[in-house]
Amino acid sequence: MPPAKRWTDKAWLLLAAPLLLFFTVPVLMLLTRTSPERIIESLGMESVQQAVWVSLRTTLVSLVIILLFGTPLGYWMGRHDFRLKRLVDTLIDLPTVLPPSVAGVALLITFGRRGVIGGWIEDLGIQIAFTQAAVILAQVFIAAPFYVKAAALGFAGVDQEIIEAAQLDGASRWHMLRHIMLPITRSALLSGSMMSWARALGEFGATIIFAGNFPGRTQTMPTAIYLGFQMDLQMALSLSAILVLISLISILLVKWIVSQNSG
Amino acid sequence: MRLKTRHIFLILATMWLAAGCRSTAPSRATGTPASPSTSGVVTLNVSAAASLTEAFAEIGAQFEETHSGVKVVFNFAGSQQLAQQILEGAPEDVFASANQKQMDAVISSGLISADTVEPFAHNRLVIIYPKDNPAKITALQDLAKTGLRLVLAAKEVPVGQYSLDFLDLASQDSSLGPDYQQAVLKNVVSYEENVKAVLAKVELGEADGGIVYTSDLGNVIAAQGDAQVGKLEIPDALNVIATYPIAPILGSEHEALSKEFIQFVLSSEGQAILGKYGFLPVEK
Repeated sequence: MPPAKRWTDKAWLLLAAPLLLFFTVPVLMLLTRTSPERIIESLGMESVQQAVWVSLRTTLVSLVIILLFGTPLGYWMGRHDFRLKRLVDTLIDLPTVLPPSVAGVALLITFGRRGVIGGWIEDLGIQIAFTQAAVILAQVFIAAPFYVKAAALGFAGVDQEIIEAAQLDGASRWHMLRHIMLPITRSALLSGSMMSWARALGEFGATIIFAGNFPGRTQTMPTAIYLGFQMDLQMALSLSAILVLISLISILLVKWIVSQNSG
Repeated sequence: MRLKTRHIFLILATMWLAAGCRSTAPSRATGTPASPSTSGVVTLNVSAAASLTEAFAEIGAQFEETHSGVKVVFNFAGSQQLAQQILEGAPEDVFASANQKQMDAVISSGLISADTVEPFAHNRLVIIYPKDNPAKITALQDLAKTGLRLVLAAKEVPVGQYSLDFLDLASQDSSLGPDYQQAVLKNVVSYEENVKAVLAKVELGEADGGIVYTSDLGNVIAAQGDAQVGKLEIPDALNVIATYPIAPILGSEHEALSKEFIQFVLSSEGQAILGKYGFLPVEK
């Protein structure tokens, strides 16, 4: 490498460093304000266990729903061209850019008992607002686009020639999906679902408005952190550290899956 | 030569970064007066409980009118959140809390002197329900009916703790019975993070009832002329009267102005504004 090139490299690094430090330092500070002993001690608290349990339970159900309904939508968006595709694409992007509090109000006035859909469901004797169902709906609303976008990209990337070759060989539609589409798009779907799950785990704004806050029922880890910050800072810090670790691990897992599949 | 330029660049960049980091922090600690000469406007930062939002906005506007060159900037949030922010070093001049507990938290960290704290308003609890009263709440006993959906503020929020105190008192009342508190708490579907959220969910009709401050209703009525909720008064014997304390924060750059603002809140003019929004005046 010529020395001039190295000089500019250093300059670029210097310019890039502030934002990188800005991302990492606060997260590291979170970890320094607590300790493994404190985290374990917090995990012994009933309120913390309840929040972790509610979070895990709801995010797993959310993930299943996102996979079930997100895969067809992703497939459709990735494999088909149609009028208004851009509009549909924008609608899918919308939940990711909307402030979650707006999403929460929207869900509440739709699925609340005075809402159009919620009122109808309420007549069947099913309550949504203030229940775990509301937590799950909020998470799906906010997190599903991450999976749908990843899946659409993955499906769009499947080579048309492979599909045509399979069709020539007489592959059925199911066979095509099962043995060609899914294996090829596996890393896209896996990384998309991990990102979706991690986002669902962090969902707070829509949840607290739509589902409210009830320990053991609708209080998730982020809600417990928010209220804990006002009451029990140590608990909030421990829960925050746990969430940081889970998020880090899931992102690393995504990177690893992608590298395994592409390598 | 090339090496030297690189080093100089690095050193300059480091110095610039370091200077940038420092420039904001010490001005408050050293207590140097803010420079009104540069902008001509002095900013007074007031941290006030969320329930004071409307009343203090009007008090602030009145105060600015009589103090030219002064701008009052409010930070409205749950008192517990404000106390946390002040403890973490938020550059605030005055703290108006919805209860003594959060004031004490700031006092114990040495950022407020206990003898400067003054009560400036009282507030009381009221039960609210959606205008069409779907659960037919007409008496305190009705809150204990099974299947009701109640929302309270979380116990972390002052009004939430006051609500629990009220239920505690009510359970000692012979007409309601010792199981009252438990029966009512069974109906709670959510502990909201602030009192405005309780009001919003009852107004939307998503909850059958909730407990808020009378001032919250006063605020809504003052702003909209009418509230989308009905109210059930809690008798004085069972009601919990909240006392709001106010105090200047030590090390503030505008100590004299902070005191003037507090005097204005305590003046008959300030008390009248608070009264308009449903607060009870303090006895002098």
